[in-house]
Amino acid sequence: MPRLSVWMVHSSLIYLIVGFSIGAALLVHKGVALNPAFMYRGGYALWNLLPAHIEFLMFGWIVNLIFGVAYWILPRFSLPPRRGNTVLAVVAFGLLNFGIILSAVSPFLKTLPWLVILGRAFQVGGVLAFVLHAWPRVKAARIM
Amino acid sequence: MPVLTRWFIKASLIYFLAALFIGLLMAAGNIWDLSIFIRGIAPVYTHLFLLGWVSQLIFGVIYWMFPKASTQRPRGKEILAWSVFCLLNIGLILRVIAEPIFSYNPSVLLGWMLMISAILQWLAGLIFVINTWGRVKVR
Repeated sequence: MPRLSVWMVHSSLIYLIVGFSIGAALLVHKGVALNPAFMYRGGYALWNLLPAHIEFLMFGWIVNLIFGVAYWILPRFSLPPRRGNTVLAVVAFGLLNFGIILSAVSPFLKTLPWLVILGRAFQVGGVLAFVLHAWPRVKAARIM
Repeated sequence: MPVLTRWFIKASLIYFLAALFIGLLMAAGNIWDLSIFIRGIAPVYTHLFLLGWVSQLIFGVIYWMFPKASTQRPRGKEILAWSVFCLLNIGLILRVIAEPIFSYNPSVLLGWMLMISAILQWLAGLIFVINTWGRVKVR
């Protein structure tokens, strides 16, 4: 497995456990109300973590994993660079994960309403970079 | 394909069907009064789909196809991998039973079922990550 795939898949596993931990805390809190410190006027502070739970599992776990495995197993070129434009794949990894973090923290920074938009924009940029990387590799094996 | 992968994939296919069936009921609920069946069921639908179907399918395929951990233990510790399957499915089924009823008729028993479900699913994720981490390596 190439080093970039190792980064991507290890990241996806970290997101998996962090996302599961948040989900477990939310479900426990739903069934057996946790410490009042998690509550605040008008609702439950813990529920501010719901967007992070969704971001970390939908994008952090699943998309990072798909990117990592695709970078590893999509057909390679017969001449170097065998995996095509690696810079684009590295950029995709960086933008996607920066976007995930921004989107996840945005509910806690309500004074910065544009943060979630910025997070989504980084995610779009990351996916665009990965599409540009992967597009020429989706080919019959014999094509150079 | 290892036996455990077959269990993961077949279970994931059953959850896929179950999720789609619930989605069908939720859609039909817009026309007919199906509230007795679909009250509080939206989180169950989401988790059947994304955890029961998508993530469980991925768990099974990773267990099968990722690089070998070592020659002695190519797929990590088998007992850990089986425990992931059991914990995940018991936890998810507990949730499917308890969460919709809890949403309109909360009780201490159902609350504890949700807590146990959360802990079982969390343990499944943790053990999966522990057992898979070493197989993700530069060749």
